[in-house]
Amino acid sequence: MTLSEVTISELRELASRYPEARSALLPMLHLVQSTEGNVTNQGIELCAEILGISAAEVSGVSTFYTMYKRRPMGKHHVGVCTNTLCAVMGGDAIFERLKDHLDVGNDETTDDGKVTLEHIECNAACDFAPVMMVNWEFFDNQTPESAIEVVDKLRAGKKVQATRGATITSWRAAERVLAGFEDGLVDQGPAAAGPSLAGLEIAAEKGWSAPSANEAKAKPNEVPDDKVGAVEQADTSRAESETKDEEGKK
Amino acid sequence: MTDTLTPVLSADWGNDRAWTLKAYEQTGGYAALKTALTMAPDDVITLVKDSGLRGRGGAGFPTGMKWSFIPQDNPKPKYLVVNADESEPGTCKDIPLMLATPHTLIEGVIIAAHAIRAKTAFIYVRGEVLHVVRRLRAAAREAAEAGYLGENILGSGVDLELIIHAGAGAYICGEETALLDSLEGRRGQPRLRPPFPALEGLYASPTVVNNVESIASVPSIVKNGVEWFGSMGTEKSKGYTLYSLSGHVKRPGQYEAPLGITLRQLLDLGGGMREGSQLKFWTPGGSSTPILTAEHLDIPLDYEAVGAAGSMLGTKALQVFDQTTSVVRCVLRWTEFYKHESCGKCTPCREGTWWLVQTLQRLDAGEGKSGDIELLLDLCENIVGRAFCALGDGAASPITSAIQYFRKEFEAGMHTPSSWAFPPEASTLFAQEVKA
Ligand SMILES: Cc1cc2nc3c(=O)[nH]c(=O)nc-3n(C[C@H](O)[C@H](O)[C@H](O)COP(=O)(O)O)c2cc1C
Ligand code: SF4
Ligand code: FES
Repeated sequence: MTLSEVTISELRELASRYPEARSALLPMLHLVQSTEGNVTNQGIELCAEILGISAAEVSGVSTFYTMYKRRPMGKHHVGVCTNTLCAVMGGDAIFERLKDHLDVGNDETTDDGKVTLEHIECNAACDFAPVMMVNWEFFDNQTPESAIEVVDKLRAGKKVQATRGATITSWRAAERVLAGFEDGLVDQGPAAAGPSLAGLEIAAEKGWSAPSANEAKAKPNEVPDDKVGAVEQADTSRAESETKDEEGKK
Repeated sequence: MTDTLTPVLSADWGNDRAWTLKAYEQTGGYAALKTALTMAPDDVITLVKDSGLRGRGGAGFPTGMKWSFIPQDNPKPKYLVVNADESEPGTCKDIPLMLATPHTLIEGVIIAAHAIRAKTAFIYVRGEVLHVVRRLRAAAREAAEAGYLGENILGSGVDLELIIHAGAGAYICGEETALLDSLEGRRGQPRLRPPFPALEGLYASPTVVNNVESIASVPSIVKNGVEWFGSMGTEKSKGYTLYSLSGHVKRPGQYEAPLGITLRQLLDLGGGMREGSQLKFWTPGGSSTPILTAEHLDIPLDYEAVGAAGSMLGTKALQVFDQTTSVVRCVLRWTEFYKHESCGKCTPCREGTWWLVQTLQRLDAGEGKSGDIELLLDLCENIVGRAFCALGDGAASPITSAIQYFRKEFEAGMHTPSSWAFPPEASTLFAQEVKA
């Protein structure tokens, strides 16, 4: 397939959105995936040409990030979180059952080209564990059975709705949104659901809230007002390594 | 007395179409921006400094102070970059916030950009959350249409362009200097510091990188004041924050409370552990923070007390595991994650995580060799402090802490597979179903 004139002009448009064009490389590669089905050599060369960098540089970037695929993808991407929390809560079992059911290994596509299965890392939904993502939409609190039902529907071309998100379109359509183009589905799905509202619901039951602005009285101030004090209070080595040597920067 | 739970950021998450500008304005949204735009930028910085707000991305560095490091006499453009990469295992607070009320973040972005005098801001959001990206793009568009973004915002003379940028899958891009490289269209590898981002960040220009929750907290401070913010929390850990409870608990989820609440309190609120289960171990702030046990149920979850208990508050990601869980299996899985996500720039982390996985795999399979525990500790010692960035230290945290509290389980790994001692089915959410 050759990239169309429309795509080429959209790639250029992405590059023009940033103070420095090269910043658009990640979005541009998302767009290449959305039209080509994966990061192709031609896509790499085109990005390189538009940004005035070498194809080797673009290729080096594309291999660094797990969302970029060099092999053609199925219509849908199904990701099962097998990071620790989800794995323990059932993610491992779900992934095993799906591999079995779809007769594929990790990062492989079903014979009908409909589903590419992959185990993924923590997707920031641990309070909904075990979590599955379809084209990067949330499918919360899954069981092996519910996951199988979802992939069966996907393969049969039936309508599938994310638990916190929109109706499933396709992996390519998702990549286009990630690249930077809206698809009009923003108003589907809830603002929040289930666990996201746990604390809020308990607070409502108990009549709890944050204080109002005028009833509030602050505790004595022990906030440091110099850098040394701030570093002493920052409790992590992460903070230290990020602030310690700031002394030397001036 | 402040209430036990104090929803501020999450207060409107249950509202109808909470993600829209209309819903946000109906609950007082963008009022804080109007106030902030009448203030001198330095006064906004002072306000946030005085509030005691500390970074919610893991390190707890004072936000206002970070802003004050931006050299205003530097002729280069200033940049604000919001770290919305949320990928630290267990961490799940920024994503629901951006999904439900993206305008809270955008209002914070405009106020922060005004304070540091940035004319361009970025929200770097991890790519694996499609609907969140949709909500952010739509919110930025709506805000621009309403005159909250763009040129001469609300007639104030302040200009700001906001770019929503989706990443492409790499945990290391949450590390702020790796994030900047990634945002420049490169492989996301950490940079040598100094120079610090405040001096030479994005495009070698002065840059502030802040976590989503840090920036989203700013409008509430502008609106309600320093006294109000400080009336919640402890002396050194001020304000409210989002605690994320996950795992073997009856009611996992987001709990917004003053800093200093305990895990026992949080568990009690949600009805405790799941049926028939006892707390075995937990992380206070994601997988990079050393694990704690039931003996730590009553430590206040603030920066100081968690630090004193030998761990870190981190991202306040409370992953809770019960007695059915093999600690060796968990530690192996986390270590596999760090190995996979190691960017490869420095040897201690790249090679160290590889060896750690090899050793832990043996122990998990019940095929450990004598000396393996010492080997693990040795490897960790070689990583901590020698790695180029904090990912390396984070990789060692679960291992050293797990050996400290559960050494016997590692010893059992010399002869018994973890799956015999702790059948994985028993740990799952659908344990009943699996048994049947
Ligand atoms: C490996 C690694 C991953 C990180 N991931 C994130 C992240 O996903 N989100 C975040 O806000 N900070 C993350 N951080 C911390 C950032 O480097 C930085 O401290 C933070 O964004 C600063 O924001 P704050 O001061 O508002 O907390 C990470 C750090 C490391 C070492
Ligand atoms: S510690 Fe790991 S992630 Fe950090 S720079 Fe070194 S190799 Fe990269
Ligand atoms: S561990 Fe699966 S979403 Fe966090």
